[in-house]
Amino acid sequence: MPTNALADVTASDSTLRRFLHGLPGVDAVGLEARAASLGTRSIKTTAKAYAIDLAISMIDLTTLEGADTPGKVRGLAAKAVRPDPTDRTTPHTAAVCVYPDMVATAKAALAAAGATDVKVASVATAFPAGRAALDVKLADTRDAVAAGADEIDMVIDRGAFLAGHYMKVYEEIRAVKEASGPARLKVIFETGELSTYDNIRRASWLGMLAGADFIKTSTGKVAVNATPANTLLMLEAVRDFRAQTGVQVGVKPAGGIRTTKDAIKFLVLVNETAGEDWLDDHWFRFGASSLLNDLLMQRQKLATGRYSGPDYVTVD
Amino acid sequence: MASAFEYAPAPESRSVVDIAPSYGLFIDGEFTDAADGKVFKTVSPSSEEVLSEVAQAGAEDVDRAVRAARKAFAKWSALPGSERAKYLFRIARIIQERSRELAVLETLDNGKPIKETRDHDLPLVAGHFFYYAGWADKLGHAGFGPDPKPLGVAGQVIPWNFPLLMLAWKIAPALAAGNTVVLKPAETTPLSALFFADVCRQAGLPRGVVNILPGYGDAGAALVEHPDVDKVAFTGSTAVGKAIARQVAGTRKKLTLELGGKGANIVFDDAPIDQAVEGIITGIFFNQGQVCCAGSRLLVQESVQDEFLDALKRRLSTLRLGDPLDKNTDIGAINSAEQLARIKALAETGEAEGAERWSPACELPSTGYWFAPTLFTGVTQAHTVARDEIFGPVLSVLTFRTPAEAVAKANNSQYGLSAGIWSEKGSRILAVADKLRAGVVWANTFNKLDPTSPFGGYKESGFGREGGRHGLEAYLDV
Amino acid sequence: MSDDHNRLSVFKTYKLYVGGKFPRSESGRVYEVTDSRDKWLANAPLSSRKDARDAVVAARKAFGGWSGATAYLRGQILYRVAEMMEGRRGQFVREVADAEGLSKSKAVEVVEAAVDRWVWYAGWTDKVSQVLGGANPVSGPFFNLSTPEPTGVVAVVAPQESSLLGLVSVLAPVIATGNTAVVVASEKAPLPALSLAEVLATSDVPGGVVNILSGRTAEIATPLAAHQDVNALDLTGAGPELARDLEVAAADNLKRVVRPQGADGVDWSADPGTGRLTAFLETKTVWHPTGSLGVSGSAY
Repeated sequence: MPTNALADVTASDSTLRRFLHGLPGVDAVGLEARAASLGTRSIKTTAKAYAIDLAISMIDLTTLEGADTPGKVRGLAAKAVRPDPTDRTTPHTAAVCVYPDMVATAKAALAAAGATDVKVASVATAFPAGRAALDVKLADTRDAVAAGADEIDMVIDRGAFLAGHYMKVYEEIRAVKEASGPARLKVIFETGELSTYDNIRRASWLGMLAGADFIKTSTGKVAVNATPANTLLMLEAVRDFRAQTGVQVGVKPAGGIRTTKDAIKFLVLVNETAGEDWLDDHWFRFGASSLLNDLLMQRQKLATGRYSGPDYVTVD
Repeated sequence: MASAFEYAPAPESRSVVDIAPSYGLFIDGEFTDAADGKVFKTVSPSSEEVLSEVAQAGAEDVDRAVRAARKAFAKWSALPGSERAKYLFRIARIIQERSRELAVLETLDNGKPIKETRDHDLPLVAGHFFYYAGWADKLGHAGFGPDPKPLGVAGQVIPWNFPLLMLAWKIAPALAAGNTVVLKPAETTPLSALFFADVCRQAGLPRGVVNILPGYGDAGAALVEHPDVDKVAFTGSTAVGKAIARQVAGTRKKLTLELGGKGANIVFDDAPIDQAVEGIITGIFFNQGQVCCAGSRLLVQESVQDEFLDALKRRLSTLRLGDPLDKNTDIGAINSAEQLARIKALAETGEAEGAERWSPACELPSTGYWFAPTLFTGVTQAHTVARDEIFGPVLSVLTFRTPAEAVAKANNSQYGLSAGIWSEKGSRILAVADKLRAGVVWANTFNKLDPTSPFGGYKESGFGREGGRHGLEAYLDV
Repeated sequence: MSDDHNRLSVFKTYKLYVGGKFPRSESGRVYEVTDSRDKWLANAPLSSRKDARDAVVAARKAFGGWSGATAYLRGQILYRVAEMMEGRRGQFVREVADAEGLSKSKAVEVVEAAVDRWVWYAGWTDKVSQVLGGANPVSGPFFNLSTPEPTGVVAVVAPQESSLLGLVSVLAPVIATGNTAVVVASEKAPLPALSLAEVLATSDVPGGVVNILSGRTAEIATPLAAHQDVNALDLTGAGPELARDLEVAAADNLKRVVRPQGADGVDWSADPGTGRLTAFLETKTVWHPTGSLGVSGSAY
């Protein structure tokens, strides 16, 4: 079925609403049980080595602090390019993720390190609350792109979504997509604020209809961020969207994924839900910071057979 | 699954369980040979490896065990309920402590995935003993009068699909109520019951309270027929259940039967589709479909048939069949060559009658008893695969147009054990649940069991309930 | 029989009660019913296996409506039966005295107890679910509720000796919970049962909920015990040998069976308890996920 099969869905507020509310419901217990069941997969030896390297290559290594400085961002960039200075076979991360005003710094730092294929992702649109006028959000986006961002991580207007103004949310995403130009657009739903799985499914389809290149769980700034269940739900959405439209959309869980064990559980979700087409940093990302060091320690353990410690990975 | 992300083998260690080369019958607190010295071999269904040689009970052994149970009954039933409770609590705790060992053992002897024995069977076994332990000194509060009495000696015959769990369902309420038991495990899965005998020994359970008699149908029949048995409890096929009902006719023996099923899993067009797919999969492929309450008939609303079947097939293709001890295995081995032959024959009947057969690409191991997950579409009420219990990983897909038609088709069966309803509309769920003639109705879930939840069938699925307060009735003189 | 005024009395033609109607036996047969001193009382229909079959069809047809009726309504109707019986006390006293050879005062006691038994069960209809059912605290995020439901069509072999009180004591609990019944009346004393049918027919009990057959117990009960559309069997009025044969036949579709309580008889005037009320009930347990109010609040 071609993309335009869903074209009339966005013809008006009411058609969009009807479509989103016509999506199959989500049973919370069943969804969480499935996620938990996949969480019991036992990933060992060669599979574990594969998964660790894949996870490292999928990280958007992130710093989103009010206290971010050029020095901090340069350190992050260096770590993204060479996560484990003692082992050059370690893959680089997919991207670094920073605020718009740090994009230029990140870009320069990556270039200095000789890495052309580590992307710079920038949050935008008045991240994380998204409570600003549309033209401010668009200016924020254009700034980031102008500074060299390869990817834009926008937040949706959760207030508008929860008030049922789906068309407003849709049009805002369209506008940001346009403002992003060549940059790939990740649309953050802040699933912890949408609260219900039905809302997350609707938001996923809304985002994809509006042209999201990625759908992303959260900002990392609220109490509940990425969970196996909400990520599973979003993986189902991208799987079904591709089946209907032929368009593949990526998924990015962000916030709260700190250990190798967690990351591997997410990769199992990808593998057994969306499938291997998504097992690639072009289609799946982890928004994380401390996760990387745990992956590196596990990687060292697999290589040497002994457990590593925090002094053997870098703290940048 | 063909994927860049191939899961390496992740076998659970066999070293946690030490299977002896031979086992006796457990009578009056001792392991003993059969009177006629007969033995039989129990094999691992996934490899056909002989696990052990087990004494085979005959009529004389049954008599000996019933006499031991009778002798033990006087003291056991006279114990304060609080003392019986503590024995059962001890058993529950020891099962928890030994749960990894028992899970591995069960997987070896039964062929089901370790994931299921570890995460499902063993926690429920321990839970069942905990639950009924608490009843032992509260029987007067159970709604059966102020001081309900036990029946006496319970003769219990259990199947091979959940060997230890079915043992728990039988023994826990029986002992809590003050009965003593003689239990015959199935001939293909005797080991966990024999390990349970050791659990009883560790718990210090008085001799003769629990007697375990591995054996075949003849031993079961002798137990049912024994004149000094007061209570017969059977879980197994409807045909054997009927034979038992005839055997106990005209006697004083109290009877409960938990028999076959042909559960309908009804998917409405407003179902939570992804969870419904999971529920259908759990419903029929859990334990290779060798489950009496399996949702072996999918009734899907015609308006969503195509998309639902696509989703179901896609999901089926991700099931991992293979070594039951591998922690990532979803589908294990069929329990026996005999059962495999029966499944094959019924599947062939399905094809011969014109239903369309489908299985995902699935490589079966070369040794052991295996059957690929199978789906039949184009099935009508008239097809054998829509009526007969297959007791294997075979799902028959039928369609319906309206809720009334769904209910009529779901109820159009000699059985009435389980049913499923998938819909996001609360009033529809309640209306349909009310009309289904089945003992357990799972709405937006399936195959959930719990010690507190009564389980049992309508119609030819048997009578009596196991689990919950209701489960006590079978073991009390009320 | 003549009465005090030398007027020739009008005999009553006793008929079966099937599907709310009063047919003769399709076989055209009758048999002589006598009192306890062998004096002829009436000819009663001698039911055939086909009458039994027709009664099962009627009972099955009535099951959906009766089991689906509100418990409150069933209670109202059972109470109405008591009211109607009370109004016909004189008739029942005469019939019971004749049938069982009781003194008038003893017969009055029996009839009054029978009326009171309807009242007892009328009050049970809307309580049995609360007493027997309930929520089960399962270990997981699920709502789980067990409720009793009627088993279906119950064949009742009524007590042979206690022609009215025994009959009411076995019949009322069967229909109180929503089952429908096919009753085999006392073989030698069927007249009170056949008269009870007239009460039922005028008490808003829907046709087919109770069906009453008179005749040879074994002849009627045997096809009922083997009938695949009968769900349960009360053998109270069957002798030991017949009871065993019927129980064997009942195994063919796994009918729920209540066995006779022994040769020494039952004191039907005793407190009935709940045993008969619970005998023909199935327990249905319904599960549903409870989920959570939001993605952060799950207990799973």
